[in-house]
Amino acid sequence: MASLTSATRLRGRTRAARPAARAGATGGTVRPQRRAGVLLLLGPFFVLFALTYLAPMAYALWLSFFREKFEGVGWEGPQRVFAGFHNYTRALTDTDFLQGTGRVLLYGLVYVPVLIALAATFALLLDSALTAARRFFQTVLFLPHIVPGLIAAIVWVYLYTPGLSPVIDALDSAGVHVDFLNGGGVLFSLVNIAVWQALGFNMVLIYVALQAIPRNTVEAARIDGAGEIRTAFSVKLPQVFPAVMVATLFTIIGSLQLFTEPQIVQSSGNSSVTGSWTPNMLAYSAAFESNDYHYAATISVLIALLAGVLSFVVTTLANRRNAR
Amino acid sequence: MSAAAPATDATPRATQGTAWWLRRSTGTALCAIAALYTLAPLIWLLFGVTKTLPELYSSNGFSPSAGFHVFGNIADLFRQDDGVFARWILNTAVYAVGGAAVATLLSVAAGYAFDKFDFKGREKWYAVVIAGVLVPHTAIVVPLYLMAAQVRMTDTLWSVLIPVMVNPFGVYLARAYSSGAVPGELLEAARIDGAGELRTFFTVGLRLMGPGALTIFLFQFIAIWNNFFLPLVMLTDNDLFTIGQGLFTWNSAVGQNPDYTRLVVVGSAVATIPLILLFIPLQRRWRAGLAEGGIR
Repeated sequence: MASLTSATRLRGRTRAARPAARAGATGGTVRPQRRAGVLLLLGPFFVLFALTYLAPMAYALWLSFFREKFEGVGWEGPQRVFAGFHNYTRALTDTDFLQGTGRVLLYGLVYVPVLIALAATFALLLDSALTAARRFFQTVLFLPHIVPGLIAAIVWVYLYTPGLSPVIDALDSAGVHVDFLNGGGVLFSLVNIAVWQALGFNMVLIYVALQAIPRNTVEAARIDGAGEIRTAFSVKLPQVFPAVMVATLFTIIGSLQLFTEPQIVQSSGNSSVTGSWTPNMLAYSAAFESNDYHYAATISVLIALLAGVLSFVVTTLANRRNAR
Repeated sequence: MSAAAPATDATPRATQGTAWWLRRSTGTALCAIAALYTLAPLIWLLFGVTKTLPELYSSNGFSPSAGFHVFGNIADLFRQDDGVFARWILNTAVYAVGGAAVATLLSVAAGYAFDKFDFKGREKWYAVVIAGVLVPHTAIVVPLYLMAAQVRMTDTLWSVLIPVMVNPFGVYLARAYSSGAVPGELLEAARIDGAGELRTFFTVGLRLMGPGALTIFLFQFIAIWNNFFLPLVMLTDNDLFTIGQGLFTWNSAVGQNPDYTRLVVVGSAVATIPLILLFIPLQRRWRAGLAEGGIR
């Protein structure tokens, strides 16, 4: 349960970073009325949580150990038989799955650092005295968060499409020919869509944390003669480290689920992106084009497992850094 | 936290005047570039609404149409396929408002219970909820579909509504709001007055957690409005589609009818611009709620 341990740590850290005094539970013996209160308040949430989180994961895990098999000539329809690790060995030797996972990891390797660095940079700029019209910029940069991801993807794909795109027209007339939808460039086109969408949200996440820094620490640095940039790196950033980590963790988990943008790119019809370009797209096409639910469930389990492992690694590294 | 950075490379105060202005204009220029990058696709979309189909291809994307086709375009949008677009807007609104309202109430109740009650295994239960935050949402959608298919619930409003009524991250925020905004003594007073636990929650807890609840609501509302994968998997009935799913269907049918390009552009603008206008005034409150939630 890697994801669980890391989750507890995530909580422990963010809580510890928050100095607010916890009024806390009132303690003492639990009276029957209280117990009923807890049940009534927590019950509805946990019923739905079990139904929409725990049950699907358990069901996917169960399905992943079975497969459908046709007996004889197959007139009786498929039989569900125990398959052991068959689906897993199949996934781990499936070039579609391996290449998709590779693409998503490569995508994350480009996307996560670029996004977090940009978000932190602009949060710091807006927190410093170095920028005019700060409220205006905050609002503008936040706007894409409100634009549905699908619409963002559609608009960007238009901007990537020769003929429709003023960007390509402009580049063409300057003698530069780029293909945003084919070859190695696709990855960066997708990263661009994601950065456009997520920059403002993550910036606000970090900015809010920056605003909560005790101002006297910043003043002290200034009195010691540190400039804005120096202050940003040695005083401000270390204090908002937990917020940066939360943003990083959410971004990593988000990038593993890559689906909408490549799906739109693929359906545009003039791209090299295929229907199994990411693991999530592969799970979707396994379930709804091949009706291979067992394999789709297996891929879902593997995506969740990968998310758990990565969350664990990131939080462990973060904790180690914090302990130093 | 020792803040003392060595002062060796510090700018002498005397020269700070010009240097400071230079850095300030650099900072502002960087933000202006980012703002331009952010706005460009939205401006393209806005100008797209004014154009005919040939103009979308032939004219400069960052200038408006020579004519003015906004009203004609919007009328065509709502007329296409027997006015199904209005239906999609309604579906998305029901789905986002209903889902976010229930998710907010459940999260606030759960966060409050985790904060204010001491019960056996509390932190273990809480850890399970927080682990839910880290589960990739799309990884549970396919199994959810298979479960819904078992009970013949796919292609219903409930199949997309029930899963978005749960938001573990909302519980995390709500617990923080509860500990910050609801004093334990006030609850004791209500109890001494003889109010039951549920009544105390609704009259004291929920009221004090109002601003935090708004943040959770906005969070979930945007998440549902943005959700594409869940409806795509669950729904095949055109009349139940969300805006995103509907536009996706049109967008994929451009091969058969090139005019869908124009309708998708106009539909995207119609789905986006009112939402942006609605959210600009709410945005600051949302940010304040985030600060209170203790993500720092």
